[in-house]
Amino acid sequence: MATLHTVNKSPFQNQTLISCLGHTKAGDAVLMFEDGVYGATKGTALSDAVAGLGADVKLYALGPDLAARGIDAGRLADGITLIDYDGFVDLVAENDRTQNWL
Amino acid sequence: MSEIIKKFLYVNRKAPYGTIYAQESLEVVLIGAAFDQDVSVAFLDDGVFQLTKGQDTTAAGLKNFSPTFRALGDYEVTKLYVEQESLDERGLTLDDLQDIQYEDEDDDYAEKPSIIVVSRAEMADVMADQDVILSF
Repeated sequence: MATLHTVNKSPFQNQTLISCLGHTKAGDAVLMFEDGVYGATKGTALSDAVAGLGADVKLYALGPDLAARGIDAGRLADGITLIDYDGFVDLVAENDRTQNWL
Repeated sequence: MSEIIKKFLYVNRKAPYGTIYAQESLEVVLIGAAFDQDVSVAFLDDGVFQLTKGQDTTAAGLKNFSPTFRALGDYEVTKLYVEQESLDERGLTLDDLQDIQYEDEDDDYAEKPSIIVVSRAEMADVMADQDVILSF
């Protein structure tokens, strides 16, 4: 009974990603897309917080949105899985519900 | 009519007047209530500001929709989950929120509080217990 959480805002703009990660259950999936992908990069002021709060969930970032912003895979933080649109659909299908964090 | 009842949770994370989210959420909750589903409403982060008492929008020229929360019970929307940590972070207590009640038809129409204060961990449990989650 797992949930897919999606976040599409930069964590440097508002608290949405941090709030999301504070409400996940072990085994949930969190997908960062659109401006949310900035939360998936390493070496930022929030990298440690994301890694810590996200320790018991699966973290994903949407490749096309990373590419659009010029973020190459080498800048992804450890533990982030890169997926494409088909992978996004798979995540929706695999989980029992989707919660879109606006 | 189908008798399949699903659990719907409406998640509110925005303050009431700066954007249209809060008012739109309330509209959708009222519409959804007409479909006889198991409805809950969650208030966390800035969403807790929606429930504060004493809102007066006269001078600002806006519609004050806060009294509508007290009418939700008439539409059988009786579970309003409010996150304790979100209140604490904003210097609020339960006393700062409207007194929202519903009449329990299974208990001789006794008036009971609709607001259920939960911890962040309990809010995560509430979310994980739903069939459908709609965010505002």
